[in-house]
Amino acid sequence: MLVVREVGVVGDIVLAMHMSDGLVNAPTAAVFGLVAVIGLAVAVSRARADLDDRTAPMAGLVTAFVFAVQMINFPILPGASGHLLGGALVAILVGPWVGSLCIAIVLAVQALLFADGGLTALGANIVNMALIGVFAGYTVAIALRPLARRGRGGLVATAFVAALVNTVVAALAFVIEYAIGGAGGASLGTVFTLMLGLHVLIGIGEGVITAATVGAVASVRPDLIHLLRGSTTPLQIRGPATAEGNPS
Amino acid sequence: MGAGHSHPLYLAGASPVHRLPSEVKIVAAFLGVVCVVATPREAFPVFGGYLLLLAVIWTLAGIPPTWMARRSLIEAPFVVLAVLLPFTGGDPHIPVPGLSWSGLTLSEPGLLGAWNILVKGTLGVLTSLTLAATTPLRDLLLGLQRLHAPGLVVTIATLMLRYIDVIAAEARRMRLARISRGHDPRFLWQATATARGVGSLFVRSYERGERVHLAMLSRGWAGEMPRLSDAVTTHRHWCIGLAPVAVAAALVVTGWSTT
Repeated sequence: MLVVREVGVVGDIVLAMHMSDGLVNAPTAAVFGLVAVIGLAVAVSRARADLDDRTAPMAGLVTAFVFAVQMINFPILPGASGHLLGGALVAILVGPWVGSLCIAIVLAVQALLFADGGLTALGANIVNMALIGVFAGYTVAIALRPLARRGRGGLVATAFVAALVNTVVAALAFVIEYAIGGAGGASLGTVFTLMLGLHVLIGIGEGVITAATVGAVASVRPDLIHLLRGSTTPLQIRGPATAEGNPS
Repeated sequence: MGAGHSHPLYLAGASPVHRLPSEVKIVAAFLGVVCVVATPREAFPVFGGYLLLLAVIWTLAGIPPTWMARRSLIEAPFVVLAVLLPFTGGDPHIPVPGLSWSGLTLSEPGLLGAWNILVKGTLGVLTSLTLAATTPLRDLLLGLQRLHAPGLVVTIATLMLRYIDVIAAEARRMRLARISRGHDPRFLWQATATARGVGSLFVRSYERGERVHLAMLSRGWAGEMPRLSDAVTTHRHWCIGLAPVAVAAALVVTGWSTT
């Protein structure tokens, strides 16, 4: 969801997606809180299978990375900047289970320590961004995986589409929650158009930056990218032999 | 890292609110916000009651109201939606007082919806701020542990909060390095260098994670964090902590019975 806040002395406008209290009524918030708890329980057990005994430190550091990334401002236009939400990024880099766990912990810490996002809306926020958003992005990435394996261009394009879909679907999940238990007086059509229009724009920004980031990781450590696992091409050694040794 | 791990919203103090066990405060803040959200939006005076309740807690905790006001302004949540609602909502429409000559009308359900989002959102932010201002990081994690959050989640959150300063400082150094080399992006398509920095930040975080894991293993880590404190939470703590919640519950009942 859109939050406009003034940051620092520059007065840049930063776009974020945290729902506040009172946007959906109490029963709806409770239902989505329950969904979030169940989803997280599944994510915890699957993340353990993904990372074995390294789970805690690796996921801890990746979560710290997500938190730090959300503090980095990207320019959109002069005077306006945004930050990455990172759902599709972590889904592609560390897989959907560890990824959704990381995003959920970031959301919980932001709600408890930084008053960012309402306490009662935490469940709905986790469902939107950590569960639905991450998995929507991951599904798209899996569907486009043959393209991503073909080369750098394909991978970058996949990351862009995954991040765009992630953002838009997370926003649509909010519209559904608003339809179920919205506490405001706007017609659903208005909310739908507003959210869709805004988040297609935000999603394009998210997509561009996610694509560039995944491309940068791919050029340094392609083995770290979860999406490309099991598709490592054999090591190729190019160039002539040097005096120090024979590169064969 | 050496200085006590503190977060920017923490206001150091030794008041009764600060000394209350954090799990009590988390539960109290959560139930308090539940009460606010469950209040019917037409019960206008009741929301004043919530604000008064928070003000009493701030006095007890020694938090200046101006400190609160400044920080609650940082986050003006859902202002965009709230501002649009009176113009886009359904009938009946009412004329704007004092501007009736202009023919401008506002939707009554839209106005109520905007009020609902603004007042509940603001009270929610103020409650979260009160919790954050009186609870240091370590206590918060301990509280989550005692509330039986899954062990893995608490451990991940602990490590995340322990390393966030390191990773954020790394990001800051990368930014300084870019700026000192003349990087001044204005438009989205100029942000490639920043994105490349994010990419290497990920690689560095991941590799640091591998090193941290080895370091933890060599120090005898067996899958669980050591207990940080053996202070016990008594019934008395719960009674004190839940007293404001009782007041809030009374306010909800008042709200429902008067509308």
